[in-house]
Amino acid sequence: MALMNITSPHAHGPRKTATLMRVVVITTLPGLFALTWFFGWGNLINVVWCSIIALAAEALVLLIRKRPLAFYLKDYSALVTGVLLGLALPPLAPWWVSLVAVAFAIIIAKHLYGGMGYNPFNPAMVGFALVLISFPVAMTTSWAAPASLLENPMSFFETLGTIFGFGSQAIDAFTMATPLDIYKHEIGHSIAQDVTQNPVFGAYVAHGWEWVNLAFLAGGLFLLIKKVFTWHTPVSMLIALTIMSLAFGWDADQATPPLLHLFAGATMLGAFYIATDPVTSAVSPQGKIIYGAGIGILTYVIRAYGSYPDAIAFAVLLMNFAAPLIDTYTQPRTYGYAKAKRGAKEAE
Amino acid sequence: MTEYMLILVSTILVNNFVLVQFLGLCPFMGVSNKLETAIGMSLATTFVLTLSSVCSYLAFEYLLSPLGLEYLQTITFILVIAVVVQFTEIVVRKTSPLLYRVLGIFLPLITTNCAVLGVALLNIKKQNGFVESITYGFGAAVGFSLVLVLFSAMRERIAVADVPKPFEGSAIGMITAGLMSLAFLGFTGLVNI
Repeated sequence: MALMNITSPHAHGPRKTATLMRVVVITTLPGLFALTWFFGWGNLINVVWCSIIALAAEALVLLIRKRPLAFYLKDYSALVTGVLLGLALPPLAPWWVSLVAVAFAIIIAKHLYGGMGYNPFNPAMVGFALVLISFPVAMTTSWAAPASLLENPMSFFETLGTIFGFGSQAIDAFTMATPLDIYKHEIGHSIAQDVTQNPVFGAYVAHGWEWVNLAFLAGGLFLLIKKVFTWHTPVSMLIALTIMSLAFGWDADQATPPLLHLFAGATMLGAFYIATDPVTSAVSPQGKIIYGAGIGILTYVIRAYGSYPDAIAFAVLLMNFAAPLIDTYTQPRTYGYAKAKRGAKEAE
Repeated sequence: MTEYMLILVSTILVNNFVLVQFLGLCPFMGVSNKLETAIGMSLATTFVLTLSSVCSYLAFEYLLSPLGLEYLQTITFILVIAVVVQFTEIVVRKTSPLLYRVLGIFLPLITTNCAVLGVALLNIKKQNGFVESITYGFGAAVGFSLVLVLFSAMRERIAVADVPKPFEGSAIGMITAGLMSLAFLGFTGLVNI
């Protein structure tokens, strides 16, 4: 549907889709830098590899559908999907995991619905959830240990070899469960003081992860100031997650404490880069608040009571699923008109 | 009380009848083109499912079991469900002619909704008691309704998308249902019932 906005004033900004997408990619760089600094070269290689597959998959579909190649490739939306997956996947995930995730994201979750602007589910998260369910072993044992905790961290070529399956590194020596995972499983038979003795929790919240999350927070705030998205979704999501973890996890000896929820997983990446996807989220401000709060609540519920240590992907997908209904019931009233009634109408 | 809450969480989210157990797919694909019809259908199904799980439990417990005719359960339940559906149809026709017209052919089709029979049979298999059976049936119906309504809102949106020719209509609906089922796998492990 081509709905042109032609009300006055007819001034238009220079912000094309491509510009926005480029800004999004650039603001993830601090986060990528933090990931590389603390966890080694894995994420950097993943980001490059995922971007290549994303662009190739996009080009392939465009060729099949006989669409103009350059026009669609230049809007960078495929690149954003690739970069987000590269950041979200475990640093040492084998190359075929990334391949399946990105190809599924671009081809099935995005282009079967007609390409950018039509996809009901966030492509990156569909890819992530698919590989998480299909390859649970590769997805849980490929998290790199913080480089500073290793005696001799992996060099660039060793990491490359591990991901692409050449060379002979013993990968187990370089991997470690994520802090959220460790806390969740240790706290059942231990107290908070003992659990946080584990060097993976570092000095503040979680070694390395806190800086990665702060970097994504900074990038996200920059996007917010630049008005790439509004505050509603991320703020309501973070508040909902905080309230949930304060209400049900206030006792650090029983459950994962709030700070760990906010700064130890993919929370900030999810709140500012994934939940705010304009295509798959709700539209009106009120709708965005419900949508964001839903993601926060579901994230907490799945993290705390489900079998997955991190839950951003599932929470986002479930709320993507709910977004059209939220939109239906949160349509803003047009000025001068009564609110539209909904319900069983007289069948004509 | 906790037990019933767990049954509800289990049937609505973790073992959702449509997206995890793949029962009741025909109305799920058939009635989800419009939000209004989906809401009507889900209300009717909720009513029928709850009532039929009660009736089938009573029929099994006080009729089949004493007579030693457990092997007749499937055919008996189909009969019970058909009666309940017919009853619902008469009531809806008299109380809400509008809803009756909106639902049209789909009301009698609840008889063939395999989720309804599935719930009745699973109640017996899990040896649920009277209140547990009601809760189980009601939870299954709420889970079905939730997914159906969300899905229909989403299909209204997909209907205007630029879907490639071979995937238009039900095909993309099936793919969407698959992706939704992927999302629902996130609830795995929430409750073990």
